[in-house]
Amino acid sequence: MKTFSYTIKDEIGIHARPAGNLAKLAKSFEGTKVTIEKGGKSVDATKLMMLMGLGVKFGDTVNFTVEGPDEDACSDAILDFMTNNL
Amino acid sequence: MNKFHGTGVYGAVAIGNVSLFKRQDTTVRRTKIENIDAELKRVAAAEEKAIAQLSEIYEKALAEVGETHAQIFEIHMMMIEDDDYNESIQNIIKTQSVNAEYAVAETSDIFSEMFAGMDDAYMQARATDVKDISNRIIACLLDNDETEKSTSEKMVICADDLAPSETVSLDKDKVLAFVTAFGSSNSHTAILARNMNIPAIIGAGEEFLRSISDGDKIIVDGHTGDIFVDPDNETVEKYLKKQSDDNRKKKLLQELKGKENVTLDGTKINIYANIGGVDGVGAVLQNDAGGIGLFRSEFLYLESEDFPTEEAQFTAYKKVLEGMAGKKVIIRTLDIGADKQVDYFNLDKEENPALGYRAIRICLTRPEIFKTQLRALLRASVFGNLGIMFPMITSVKELQDIKAVLEEVKKELKDDGLEYSENIEIGIMIETPAAAIISDKLAPMVDFFSVGTNDLTQYTLACDRQNAKLEPFIDTHHEAILRLIEMSAENAHKAGAWIGICGELAADTSLTETFLRMGIDELSVSAPFVLPLRDAVRKIDLRK
Repeated sequence: MKTFSYTIKDEIGIHARPAGNLAKLAKSFEGTKVTIEKGGKSVDATKLMMLMGLGVKFGDTVNFTVEGPDEDACSDAILDFMTNNL
Repeated sequence: MNKFHGTGVYGAVAIGNVSLFKRQDTTVRRTKIENIDAELKRVAAAEEKAIAQLSEIYEKALAEVGETHAQIFEIHMMMIEDDDYNESIQNIIKTQSVNAEYAVAETSDIFSEMFAGMDDAYMQARATDVKDISNRIIACLLDNDETEKSTSEKMVICADDLAPSETVSLDKDKVLAFVTAFGSSNSHTAILARNMNIPAIIGAGEEFLRSISDGDKIIVDGHTGDIFVDPDNETVEKYLKKQSDDNRKKKLLQELKGKENVTLDGTKINIYANIGGVDGVGAVLQNDAGGIGLFRSEFLYLESEDFPTEEAQFTAYKKVLEGMAGKKVIIRTLDIGADKQVDYFNLDKEENPALGYRAIRICLTRPEIFKTQLRALLRASVFGNLGIMFPMITSVKELQDIKAVLEEVKKELKDDGLEYSENIEIGIMIETPAAAIISDKLAPMVDFFSVGTNDLTQYTLACDRQNAKLEPFIDTHHEAILRLIEMSAENAHKAGAWIGICGELAADTSLTETFLRMGIDELSVSAPFVLPLRDAVRKIDLRK
């Protein structure tokens, strides 16, 4: 299991477009579970609506938990995605 | 004549007739069903059909408004495939033995309420997206194929609200404008309207919708958000004129876009644009400016309740640099003083704010403010072609001090392992007579000068520009000002620096020839003036 945190630098936060792309990315690692947590509430990152429902905004810190056979590659890909888009 | 008002989302005028937008009936009845499996299969088939429709809409949007804005329909497809959304539909069917239509409608309410209840306007607007996809699935279940309304002439579409997919599905050749009673300027519908170049007003109110009927004559002014139903002749005349002005400007725009800023004898000049915020980039590109000659960084401080953080500044500068994709972006450091008050600076009230504690004077005495801005600027510099410009310079000493701080900040960044570009141009504003007079000493220390004619005029003529009584005494073409500019230009060129003008005088086409003769290298004006100025330059012949 791998965990890491990320603080949102994008002004609008995880809005529709990045949420869609993040969910798509998380889905591409089959068998690996990605959970994203904000303020005690955590959701499965492949679930777009719930992800949008977290309401992650500029300045928020979110915690990722990645678990599964591809956890290393998946963590890297997600951190990379977050850094470049959010 | 009835007048209404909403928010204009695309600035253009339309005069035409009302066509009320009619949606097909997706009224849902709750009925008990026997065969749960069959009902689940109906949902799956309807979703498949809905996704096929959306993928067509996506292609249409891709062609008409570009990938960034078409992506919402890709998201819609993903939303339909969302596990939780589908689990909810399936659960309702299974536990209540009800029809698929009802289950989708219920699920739509649950999820749209979740978004509507969020404390963020952007997310609240997503409730519309949920309703949009759900209605599409319901329509597929009811087997109502979408039928476009057939009209022979272009109409002004009026609706309670338009879903993004409805907006894109509108046949552009039949839509003159659209007006919605509800909706927010954050909605994708508003964004799409902007990109489809359709005059549009949103949030005109319920009263508007109640008072119109099909075929009513209507004027829509997307610039101001004004709507006139059943207008009188005088109003029609007025707006016909506004429309033809718009068209003339648009034509000028089309003809001059992509052309060089070159005189008949072959002298070239750069025409850049001035902006006051990140959202100005769109207008800069739309008007085909060669770069940004003045990006006023004050908005970051004025819009904030405390000193903007390095991160917030970095994000804003990065966005502009990326948006300009390698074109020059000149950002002016903090230019705040007693005339542009910001509470948290705790500045004292002054007798003569124009001659007071402001701009670089604040930066050099409160280095923590200055350094934060410089760090953000340097960090952003790797994302484009940055120039940094310092305001209110009067002496060589000030410039030396600035450069010392800049070096300090660079060293700190290096120690922190943070990147910055080595090719940042450094320049100063020439807006005090002192700077112009000693421009021979300042020029070797910089890459460029930019003349701020508004302040230069007020300081040279000793006229407060806030005082309306002084208007007769403010001659913006005063020889003293022109001589100071010419002197600065000569000194800049002698030292190998370039010189631009970013004040209001830059847009004054009666002086364009004078500036060209002085050898001015760049004029920076507000975006709408870029093309008229290009037009003026292209008619000048310096051989005469």
